[in-house]
Amino acid sequence: MGRVALDHVSKQFDGVTAVDDLSIDIADEEFLVVLGPSGCGKSTALRMIAGLEDPTAGTITIGDRVVNDVEAKDRDVAMVFQSYALYPHMTVHRNIEFPLRSRKVPVDERNQLVRDVAESLGLAEYLDRKPAQLSGGQRQRVALARAIVRRPQAFLMDEPLSNLDTKLRAQTRAELVELQRRLAATVIYVTHDQVEAMTMGNRIAVLDRGVLQQIGAPHDVYARPANLFVARFIGSPPMNTVTGTVERIEGALVAEIPGGHIPLEAALADAVTTRGLDAVVIGVRPENLRFDSVAGIPAHVTVVESLGHERHVICRLVDQQLVVVRQGAHELAPAEGSSTFLVAAPDALHVFDPTTGERVGI
Amino acid sequence: MSVDARVLHRRRVLGKVGRYALLSVLAAVVIFPVYITIVNSLLPSDAITHQPPKFFPADPQWGSYRTAWNAGHMGHYLVNSFIVTFIITIGQVVTAILAGYAFAFLDFPFKRLLFVVFLATLMVPFEVTIVTNVATISSLGLYDTYAGLAVPFLATGFGAFLMRQAFLTLPHELRDAAALDGYGHWRFLWRVAVPLARPAVAALSVFAFLSAWNQYLWPLLITKDDRLRTVQIGLKQLQTVSLDRFNVTFAGAIIAVIPLVVLLLFFQKHLVRGLTAGAVKG
Amino acid sequence: MAATTSAAPVPGPSPTHRARRRRERVLAALLLVPALIVFGAFVFWPLIHNFYLGFFRNPPFPGLPKHYVGFDQYRDVLTSSDFLDSVRTTVVFALLTVPIGIGAGLGLGVLAHQQLRGIGIYRMIFSSTVATSVAVAAVIFGTLMNPQVGLLPWLGLTTNPTILQNPEWALVAVAVTTVWQTLGLTFILMASGLQSVPDDLLEAARVDGAGTWSRFWHVTLPMMSPTIFFAVVVGSIFAFQSFGQIDLLTQGGPLKKTNVLTYFIYNTLQRQSDPGKAAVLAVALFFLTLLLALAQIRLLERRVSYER
Repeated sequence: MGRVALDHVSKQFDGVTAVDDLSIDIADEEFLVVLGPSGCGKSTALRMIAGLEDPTAGTITIGDRVVNDVEAKDRDVAMVFQSYALYPHMTVHRNIEFPLRSRKVPVDERNQLVRDVAESLGLAEYLDRKPAQLSGGQRQRVALARAIVRRPQAFLMDEPLSNLDTKLRAQTRAELVELQRRLAATVIYVTHDQVEAMTMGNRIAVLDRGVLQQIGAPHDVYARPANLFVARFIGSPPMNTVTGTVERIEGALVAEIPGGHIPLEAALADAVTTRGLDAVVIGVRPENLRFDSVAGIPAHVTVVESLGHERHVICRLVDQQLVVVRQGAHELAPAEGSSTFLVAAPDALHVFDPTTGERVGI
Repeated sequence: MSVDARVLHRRRVLGKVGRYALLSVLAAVVIFPVYITIVNSLLPSDAITHQPPKFFPADPQWGSYRTAWNAGHMGHYLVNSFIVTFIITIGQVVTAILAGYAFAFLDFPFKRLLFVVFLATLMVPFEVTIVTNVATISSLGLYDTYAGLAVPFLATGFGAFLMRQAFLTLPHELRDAAALDGYGHWRFLWRVAVPLARPAVAALSVFAFLSAWNQYLWPLLITKDDRLRTVQIGLKQLQTVSLDRFNVTFAGAIIAVIPLVVLLLFFQKHLVRGLTAGAVKG
Repeated sequence: MAATTSAAPVPGPSPTHRARRRRERVLAALLLVPALIVFGAFVFWPLIHNFYLGFFRNPPFPGLPKHYVGFDQYRDVLTSSDFLDSVRTTVVFALLTVPIGIGAGLGLGVLAHQQLRGIGIYRMIFSSTVATSVAVAAVIFGTLMNPQVGLLPWLGLTTNPTILQNPEWALVAVAVTTVWQTLGLTFILMASGLQSVPDDLLEAARVDGAGTWSRFWHVTLPMMSPTIFFAVVVGSIFAFQSFGQIDLLTQGGPLKKTNVLTYFIYNTLQRQSDPGKAAVLAVALFFLTLLLALAQIRLLERRVSYER
């Protein structure tokens, strides 16, 4: 039905590899977010699914057929562009109607469909206006309406919220998710905003420079990032990372970092030894760090940022590296300029290979 | 590849071949007149009237060019054209820069009205003004002079329009910063505004050069003999004088075209910019 | 120019303010005066003077004084069959050159807009006629259409009498020459217009299921309407102003079949030395051109959609 599959898909432009051997299976009714910084190939991948670009290698399947040689107009997918791409010389009604006209749907049926979709998106009273007369949010809904009216096998969305202002963005995010559930639609959603990715997707596929870094449910990607890139990209404020040398103290394996050492518990220690690493990158999310007045990794508090409901405490380790700690507003705040210690629970530690960036351990 | 893919591939290749074929046929049609002109300019004059027509000069005769240049005075005509075109281009560009600056940066009464006046000149076809202009130029004693050929064209509404557009796109703060730095308008115009608006100046220059070079009616009216004839009227003269030595006429046509070809080879981009200034913005 | 405002709330502009504004006005005057002198002397004065000259009938021999006849000359000239024929010829000429010229330019523009290897060469060839002047084109085509040159018979285009002397075909021949000469310019204009059609609109249309023709008709053409509109208005104004080709190819003949208004004016002024009549014709040309432009703007601009 509405499943989409990319099988070893690559795309090269003049010697530059935009997408490198990408394989993703998107299930019917799934909301997949493709996340990554600009230039990571996510838009290219989307355009290949739409048929606007041809893959240099690999196959793309929509539904139950391979569509590599099928033209964009025959692929039965709908796309919402970042710029909305509304036809400026047509009314809202004609814009929404356009895909139906291409498919030779009879007039009465067309009008009914357009009216239904417009109503469901709150556009009924704007049907006779032109795009230039609408607000950004309204235009975005027209773009959505145009995509919905065809009941395609899949919806492709290319950063549809990035042109909206922040408040509208949050509201529209929820509306989009609700819409997807209601329509039971397959959605492939491209964005660079990790908040959108975390809140909207059933799964997130993280891309960097054309290569798939990790794919999984938001919680998995957050709690168990597969490599340093994913670890640093997802989460705000980003995960704190420190490089440490591997040492053996009293028979146990520890990571020696500026100011102290972090014990590596059994399974992690085994993984580190198996790989033969003499240095590791330790990662801890800001919300997993706590302050202790007695023992831990020494740190010097430089700035305390109060955000109302939470607090970001910026500290420096003995070698001046910055570490951010996230506290609830109710917790005790350390004073700026004071010296203190940082502690974290062992299961909140992430360990990465410094050369490959890969996650070490479970 | 699957069978379907192979069929599709073949169809795609055929489609491409077809497209190239169509483009080539059309290109041949467009370039044909010039091509045949070059060919015929290199044929001996009796071969041109030969039937069927020859499409390739087996033994190119460059003599026709020499004849056109010397006896046909084409060389002399080219010089005249260059002089007149040069004067007109400089004039148009300078007046356009001055006026464009005034409209873009200065505030004065009747600004709107005066701009309309400038644009209104575009509505008056040149042919409408010849009756009086000939008399005016004659009474100024400029009949059959370079000045007479150039003076009526030293300013155009189009030029002012183009430069105003270009100056308007400069950030406002630039003028303010310059004022604080002690730049008056005149220095700001020549030291800052014009260098930044160089693409527009280039576009206007190319456009002015092209129109001035191709003028026909006015040189026809204002020159009376070979002394000041420009290349366009010179070509007419050449055609009359050469009679059935068509190769010489054709050679003359090519000579008349070459300077523009050279100009456009380097400046086509600027011409396009000038042309589309009005079109795309509406 | 953003004038700096004084901090203290003084009622009305301060003296330095007023002085600066006066300086600005003087400067503006100086900057505009060169152009205004040229316009005044060579555009507006001739225009007005034409009306005046039209009131005077000129004697057949130069040297004798002209005499005032009021609107009689206007009436006589503007109702003469020569004049009406000339207007008709001019309109037919415009109808022959403008639609075909723009259609050809647009067609070539679309064909040259494809992403093919070496498309640049084709673009260069299609725009090449921009280097030709009216005189060059007329001399080339005129010679090619000369019955002594063997080209036309080879193409099978013989007429009796030969094309440029044939009352039925002469205007068409001049029109063909004109279309070819302006092709380069029109092509460049259309190609630029095509460039301005946003890519994402065409992509959206593709995904929406529109085929090549449908995309052209529903997206490309409407988005190009400002360019096409500009080409039509400017093109017809230029068509009305055509002169060089007529002078070189047919001199208004045969049997006055190519006697467009501009040539009529020239002929009346230079050959017949009748500035009064020429002035009347010039006034007529002015109003016709104005009317044409205004009519087109009124009728067509409604259908032009400008950018969002």
